[in-house]
Amino acid sequence: MKDHASLAEQFIKDEARTDWHDETLWFVRQKRDKAAYGLPEWEQLRTWASEIKDHTLSALDNYLVEFETNAIANGIKVHWAVDAAAHNKIVYDIMKAQGVKKLVKSKSMLTEECHLNEYLQQQGIEVVDTDLGERIVQFRKEPPSHIVLPAIHLKKQEVSDTFHEHLQTEKGNNDPQYLTHAARLHLREKFIESSVAITGVNFAVAETGGFVVCTNEGNADMGAHAAKVHIACMGFEKIIPKAAHLSVFLRLLARSATGQPITTYSSHFNKPRHGQELHVVIVDNGRSRQLGREDFRNSLKCIRCAACFNTCPVYRRSGGYSYHTAVAGPIGAILNPNLDVQAYSDLPFASTLCGSCTNVCPVKIDIHQQLWKWRQVVTEEAKVPISKKMGMRFMAWILDCNVNYKAAGKIGRWVMRNLPFLVKNKLNPWYKQREMPDAPKESFKEWYIKNKKA
Amino acid sequence: MSGRAAILNTIKNNKPAATALPFIDVSAAIQYIDLLQQYKTVLESIGGSWQELNNEIELEAAIQSITGTSTAVVNTMLSLPKDLAGVDAVALEPTAIAIMKGLVAVAENAAIWVTEEQMVNRLLPFICQQLVLVINEHDIVPTMHHAYKKINVAATGFGVFIAGPSKTADIEQSLVIGAHGPIGLKVIIVKNKYV
Repeated sequence: MKDHASLAEQFIKDEARTDWHDETLWFVRQKRDKAAYGLPEWEQLRTWASEIKDHTLSALDNYLVEFETNAIANGIKVHWAVDAAAHNKIVYDIMKAQGVKKLVKSKSMLTEECHLNEYLQQQGIEVVDTDLGERIVQFRKEPPSHIVLPAIHLKKQEVSDTFHEHLQTEKGNNDPQYLTHAARLHLREKFIESSVAITGVNFAVAETGGFVVCTNEGNADMGAHAAKVHIACMGFEKIIPKAAHLSVFLRLLARSATGQPITTYSSHFNKPRHGQELHVVIVDNGRSRQLGREDFRNSLKCIRCAACFNTCPVYRRSGGYSYHTAVAGPIGAILNPNLDVQAYSDLPFASTLCGSCTNVCPVKIDIHQQLWKWRQVVTEEAKVPISKKMGMRFMAWILDCNVNYKAAGKIGRWVMRNLPFLVKNKLNPWYKQREMPDAPKESFKEWYIKNKKA
Repeated sequence: MSGRAAILNTIKNNKPAATALPFIDVSAAIQYIDLLQQYKTVLESIGGSWQELNNEIELEAAIQSITGTSTAVVNTMLSLPKDLAGVDAVALEPTAIAIMKGLVAVAENAAIWVTEEQMVNRLLPFICQQLVLVINEHDIVPTMHHAYKKINVAATGFGVFIAGPSKTADIEQSLVIGAHGPIGLKVIIVKNKYV
């Protein structure tokens, strides 16, 4: 079983590519900053969003029932799925009833979480992902590496090679405009011929029984409005009480995600169009368990903007695949241990706890606090390498006691100055890909006492 | 039905203590001195274009010059092709230009609210190559908070905020205008009220 550290080690072997990945995501983070600073009420918006979500979680069962009642009155068929398997079966049963063998799907991290594509393919159904980034990685038989920018790990040459193989584009033509146009022509055919479309849900409104889907490409709308059957899949935490609350979330979502003032399309689906079937699948898959964990429940406020990915120094330098899960990044590191504490016991450690994720989160999830708390749960509940357990115990012994701490600092500085080979060798994991710093002659405390007197 | 009961039951047992909804005070939102200018600036920055007109007569002339001799134009503000609502994707795909009315325009992000009533066929504003939205200048509001006060999202079966032409940056973060939806969006802003 690969863990984050060893997968990240693979990723950073290519130093130039690591730097490129880091800079590309930092560029997105900077666009987010510019958009956020453009609104004097940004912090107020974050507070509102956080409070709306807190309130919703505290009355979630009522809002889900209100949504269901209104959706049914609107002519929507509502399904409930306790887990991924139930969700996948509901989708398959709808397909079977239609007697169709292919569908188009716009971006839905929930269906990634449930591994819907693999399941449907096993049943002989062709799934065409229609978000450009998702189509690229689907051709390459790879999962998305980022929840908003699925192909962010790829260079345009690689996309060009992939399209040359699957769409017969010119070999060596790396122009993004040319490649996007080729995908446009290819996917327009798929939209037109497909009778079933799956979309995700960004927000479901209890008050109206409708839901909102946000895209820039227009793929959710092309799929949903062309198809005879539209299936929208949502985690139950997507619910918000009122339509007026959409204003708060739509102002935050795209600005946090890509620095745009809003996505090109914010589509409000209320009723099926004449002659169309509209299904909504409401999925639990561990969410109700997470709701009961006081320390971790507010991770359910997440609106999947990925601002925490783009700002995270660990994500930027280790790539999405090092998290070996559908939702990577800091938010993935606090959501996934809830699904399987053993399989994802490494993820809460994939962080420096710098807190940048918490600072950019549009719904004020205390991500870095939860990472720290998960580390404690994981160390109790899951099998953690003995070296990590012993190391933590040793560090606790040092940091817990003034005398030990002072002595360790002194010894450390002396060793680094006089016996540098003891730390500058391959056995020391801190020396990998790093230069050790020059040891100062005195500690800050010593320096401070001396200078305070002077 | 058992899945539903199980989910709702667990939520009921696990949910936190009740907290209150915040009051969304719209006066806390950003204020623009010149709404029209703000709207046009943002629209340009997201790849859209605009044209300002004084009245209905100018509008008719402008639409005439946009459509020219093209036969692949659908203008839902004029007489409609027979049963446009029921036309399928295959028949709609060759649409070069679609023209329709927008109800509310938002200065902070250039988005325009269009409902099923204006588009007639839900696929039309997405499948056309070029989209033209016609708005009244006095329907421009500062922010999304103001927009949601003006519209009723549930008035029709489908409604959408459209901000600019479709776009993607999925290949190395290079912005490309024209992903799956329209390659161009033009907003016609009419000064005097046009219904």
